[in-house]
Amino acid sequence: MLAFLLRRILIAIPTIVIISIMVFGLQHLLPGDPLLVLAGEERDPAVLEALREKYRLNDPIPLQYLAWVGNALQGDLGVSLRTNQPVTELMAQKLPVTIQLALMSMIFALVIGIPAGILSAAKKGTATDYVANVVALSGLSIPNFWLGIMLILLVSVKWQLLPASGYVPPSEDLWQSIRTMLMPSFVLGTALAATLMRHTRSAMIGVLSADYVRTARAKGLSERVVILKHALRNALTPIVTLTALLFGELVAGAVLTEQIFTIPGFGKLVVDAVFNRDYAVVQGIVLVTAVGFIFMNLFADAMYFVLNPRLRGQ
Amino acid sequence: MTLTDLALRFRGQPADVVDRVSLAVKSGEVLCVVGESGCGKSVTAMALMGLLPQQNTVISSGHLTVGHTDLDLTRESLPPSARGNRVAMIFQEPMTSLNPAFRIGNQICETIIRHTGTNSANARAHAKEMLQRVGIANPSQRLREYPHQLSGGMRQRVMIAMALANNPQVLIADEPTTALDVTIQAQILDLIRDLRDETGMSTIMITHDLGVVAEIADRVAVMYAGQVVEQGAVRDVFDNPQHPYTIGLMSAMPGLGLEGKRLAIIPGTVPTISNMPKGCRFRTRCAFATSTCQERPKLRKIAPHHDTACHFAPLEAHIEVSQ
Repeated sequence: MLAFLLRRILIAIPTIVIISIMVFGLQHLLPGDPLLVLAGEERDPAVLEALREKYRLNDPIPLQYLAWVGNALQGDLGVSLRTNQPVTELMAQKLPVTIQLALMSMIFALVIGIPAGILSAAKKGTATDYVANVVALSGLSIPNFWLGIMLILLVSVKWQLLPASGYVPPSEDLWQSIRTMLMPSFVLGTALAATLMRHTRSAMIGVLSADYVRTARAKGLSERVVILKHALRNALTPIVTLTALLFGELVAGAVLTEQIFTIPGFGKLVVDAVFNRDYAVVQGIVLVTAVGFIFMNLFADAMYFVLNPRLRGQ
Repeated sequence: MTLTDLALRFRGQPADVVDRVSLAVKSGEVLCVVGESGCGKSVTAMALMGLLPQQNTVISSGHLTVGHTDLDLTRESLPPSARGNRVAMIFQEPMTSLNPAFRIGNQICETIIRHTGTNSANARAHAKEMLQRVGIANPSQRLREYPHQLSGGMRQRVMIAMALANNPQVLIADEPTTALDVTIQAQILDLIRDLRDETGMSTIMITHDLGVVAEIADRVAVMYAGQVVEQGAVRDVFDNPQHPYTIGLMSAMPGLGLEGKRLAIIPGTVPTISNMPKGCRFRTRCAFATSTCQERPKLRKIAPHHDTACHFAPLEAHIEVSQ
């Protein structure tokens, strides 16, 4: 297993290199000059030149890349061209917010999606299956922003049950923190629950016709044990992969939902950085997100070993 | 165990896939059910176990007696408490019939605990003993292994150990040796026979292999297109087949002393379920068929331990059979 994971990590390295080149290169292809923003109204050539020198923009591009990578490896992703704050510091502020949001959304997604998928697979072709599918389809088709706004309207404005927006760090007040995150994570979670439900359902349907499921029934085991032990265990592999990827997606791109609930998270940071042509921040975010995705994939790979004894021996 | 008049069809099909099948097996006896693929023998076995999917199976008649339990199969099926307990089953596909995600020990102990309620230490000891009985060396270690670490023959032994763990009165074996190579086949058949002698269980073995029948059966039931066309003691049926289909089957079997000769074949193909002839289902392929055959022949006694479902049986009385 270690050998396998090691190989996977080795394969990940060129992937990360390629991503870093693309991230770096894309910036230079984008139109617009951040220095013009920085230099302000005057556009004094001397000032511009000084800035160019300062940010080493006169160096050949490969050199710029190497310098950037070298710093990145030391945990230095540069400073924001706009606020002069280190990019790592900016991300360190926003990341916990988004991770909390992602975790809570994932809990919603798993708690709703997997049982619903199992139920509709076990009752395939019945009214239960049909209802679950219709609900899932609506979950997929209702846009997050609409659901978010409706929830704010009903739960916050009309019934005044939960705060409409904002963010409270869990270290400050755990209960209040969870309460504020409840609606946004529900909005994100239900959308993912629909995806998860569909995948769980199809994985379970495949597994339920397996010979070993028939054997389990022939042993006189209850339908609950047959489904939750013998079938589910074998259907878990695709579900785990999907969960890992969805989690990566949640961290990277809850832009809309963060906007609606005014949560100061990663998504908002990305959008602001892009609008401001804040190269260093965009580069940093894309790089960190990509590496995060690669690690989620590695995690999924590692889970295969836990789930599939056939792989362990090799 | 006695099965009477089982008739069932799958929803949406025009004819019964199992048509008034009756089977009986005494304790200590091995009954082989033979027939080609699609003749309904496996479906019959699954119906006995209550393993057919309820939504798309319609059972229109059928009565099952196991020991003192009497079941009307149109309304009820073998309860889960009897499955894997009084009636156990092994399958054709040893490679896929064990769950790849769980250790052998877990899968055997599970059925023991389910039906006896014993604790896991006792179950484990019993599982180990069962593995020994089915001839698996090093049972303690095997209990900790996963199915993929075992060969096909070994897995079938594990399936048998699992099936027999709760001392069933009836073992249903659905082509238990088909997927195995010939030497392993013989070993598994020997094993089943030995265990039968030890425990006195009844065995219903589904097979399409007449060699297997000759090897192990006390009695045989020949199925064709969902019906039992002939049944009786193995010697009677083999030496003196009385249904034209059985005769065809026998002459299509390769045997010693036939080298260089063409094997006989039964002309035509098995009718599809949407195209089932009325009356005798074999009449479209039968050399003896006349208008009489449009009426369904009843299974009737032609010798003390020999029944056949042909209007013209015993056939010697009518024609020279062989050519």
